[in-house]
Amino acid sequence: MKEIDIRKDGLEAVRKQSGGDVAVTGCLGERYIGCGMKDGILRIKGTPGNALASYLDGGTVLVDGNVQDAAADTMNDGLLAVRGSAGDALAYGMRGGRVYVLGDAGYRAGVHMKAYGDRKGILVIGGRSGSFLGEYLAGGTIIVLGLGYEGRDITGYFCGNGMYAGTIYLRTGKAPLNLSDKLIRRAVGEDEEEQVIRPIVEDFASVFSIPAASCLEGGFIAIEADSSKSYSQLYAAV
Amino acid sequence: MRRFRIRKDEGCISCLRCARECSFGAIEAGEDRTLVFHHEKCTDCQRCVSCCPAGAIFITEDGNRFRHGSVFTDDDIREILLQAETGGVLLSSMGASGKDIPIYFDRLLLNASQVTNPSIDPLREPMETAVFLGRRPEGIQRDSEGRIVDNLPPHLELRTPIMFSAMSYGAISLNVHKALAAAAEELGTYWNTGEGGLHESLYPFKGSTIVQVASGRFGVHETYLNTAAAIEIKIGQGAKPGIGGHLTGKKIIGDVSKTRMVPEGLDAISPAPHHDIYSIEDLAQLVMSIKEATHHEKPVIVKVAAVHNIAPIASGIARSGADIISIDGYRGGTGAAPKRIRDNVGIPIELAIASVDQRLREERIRDRVSVIASGGIRNSADAVKAIALGADAVSIGTAALCALGCHVCASCHTGRCAWGLATQDPQLTGRLDPEKGAARLINLVNAWTREIKEIMGGMGINSIEALRGNRMALRGAGLNEKELEILGIGYAGE
Ligand code: SF4
Ligand code: SF4
Repeated sequence: MKEIDIRKDGLEAVRKQSGGDVAVTGCLGERYIGCGMKDGILRIKGTPGNALASYLDGGTVLVDGNVQDAAADTMNDGLLAVRGSAGDALAYGMRGGRVYVLGDAGYRAGVHMKAYGDRKGILVIGGRSGSFLGEYLAGGTIIVLGLGYEGRDITGYFCGNGMYAGTIYLRTGKAPLNLSDKLIRRAVGEDEEEQVIRPIVEDFASVFSIPAASCLEGGFIAIEADSSKSYSQLYAAV
Repeated sequence: MRRFRIRKDEGCISCLRCARECSFGAIEAGEDRTLVFHHEKCTDCQRCVSCCPAGAIFITEDGNRFRHGSVFTDDDIREILLQAETGGVLLSSMGASGKDIPIYFDRLLLNASQVTNPSIDPLREPMETAVFLGRRPEGIQRDSEGRIVDNLPPHLELRTPIMFSAMSYGAISLNVHKALAAAAEELGTYWNTGEGGLHESLYPFKGSTIVQVASGRFGVHETYLNTAAAIEIKIGQGAKPGIGGHLTGKKIIGDVSKTRMVPEGLDAISPAPHHDIYSIEDLAQLVMSIKEATHHEKPVIVKVAAVHNIAPIASGIARSGADIISIDGYRGGTGAAPKRIRDNVGIPIELAIASVDQRLREERIRDRVSVIASGGIRNSADAVKAIALGADAVSIGTAALCALGCHVCASCHTGRCAWGLATQDPQLTGRLDPEKGAARLINLVNAWTREIKEIMGGMGINSIEALRGNRMALRGAGLNEKELEILGIGYAGE
């Protein structure tokens, strides 16, 4: 495994790496690491700065600690796995690939995530998320496990506002705070849990080497757009 | 809402061509080769008129009028009636129709050289219309041997200061995109995908393409960003500042779905705000992440609508690391916009350009960015005036569509464009031959470029570079002192 000391070698050295298994050490807020990467593995030591793995198009970015804002912005493919927590605007406009955060996520996680063809964005947050989770969701799957927050709110306000496709799964029985009346909340049946949630959560658990069973304990609820209520403005053409 | 009357005269040969051409259902073939007119459906798009082999059909304003003398005009009353019936937000397209908002271009007069500073004959002397868009290097750098280091940041090179404005595939047809791309390549200028992605068949035009990134990120991926000469972040557009885009699921079919990367039948919503941009610092971050993803090889453009306080907004953008600012004025066109927004929000491009140029100069950051002006550029004189007010280049949308047949009927939002431009109906899109369309666009831009050379020659100026921000070349007529002050020009006769 190659090692790059980002404080000495700079972002340029990371940029030149394509493919291969590379450790990026000494991170202390350096932005844009792994931006537009297509393959290979980056193992990030320390705390990377904003826009980590934005436009990620393949490959794997593994982070030991926390990540800051705008990680995985407009991500198209690949895996971002964060052992700590993530800042705001995580996985904005993500279309494909997987983003796993073992800790918490800040405001506006998963805004504008989408799916197309064989691409489908998957975002799993181990802890809790801040407000505006999954706003304008246009496809893909968001799962919030609320590990360590059992019995408490695991999302903030305005969860799923403006979403019109895709699904948000929450491992809780509690309704999200001030849920919009344009969304529906439903309990997740056993079949759906087995077929949809379990494979994702097992993958999540194996990435962080934690037992999957505890991540699946208790039931899930799902938040989806109410297809009978559209967001289209009522127009009169002149 | 009946606004026009379809009429025919005795020249009609009953060929029924007009009935076949009308895509709005305003003309129908009745029994025995007669024509049935549904005047209320006519949009005045002039397709039937242009196609009639006998020149026998014509459209007039509806002769009926409502009672005048009130502050309520015919349109006011018609719109109230429509809204009372439907409860809907009025939807229209194309540019603003605020009739009482001045078109400042028409109140600006250009200079010409006389005795002491001779004019230049563009037919005999070189006249430079090339423009470079992007950040200028801060200074000259030399290596240890004293050789000049190439420290030119990425830039766009235009052979003429006229580009094509952003219009998305979905709002307009693929054939229009093909015509624009081919014309831009031939002309040595650029066309802009808008926010609907780039169709794969147009990847070969990479070198002439500007791709757009909007809040919905539709069709945006690493390959898309790298299949372009520059990337434009769309914050706003002149026809609907503060309003996002919403392409209804009905229009997301076939290749439009593929290119936007949105499943068929699903709405594509681009909300007005980018939810990752709440400050200039956030914008700077998006600019930089795009540069990272494109290996710092391409300039990044930030497009905003001309609104109040545009000068400090532009100053912020100039400091965000963007290389080019594109400012779209009040009269800019669109494929669909709420009519009240279109007609009441934003400011004319002339005032915006003048105040932005002034502000950036005062702050000594004018060379950090280039400025593109758009929104109601109708001819070469408008282009020259926009450049003299401070723009580096202009971009044209509506004028380009007019070259392809558009008669500005403002019905793009219906998706039934009879000229085959603002539609995805294969019956209609086939009406534009992309090759012939490209030839017409090339003719138009070449003609304007010739006129620009002639105008510059008359002024005794031999390069666009020397015209840029050259307000001494402009005088106003019919303007008040405040307007002159903002435009930074003297009055005619001064
Ligand atoms: S809508 Fe266009 S084609 Fe139809 S009648 Fe009116 S002008 Fe002619
Ligand atoms: S593009 Fe078509 S529908 Fe739109 S204004 Fe022009 S002619 Fe009318």
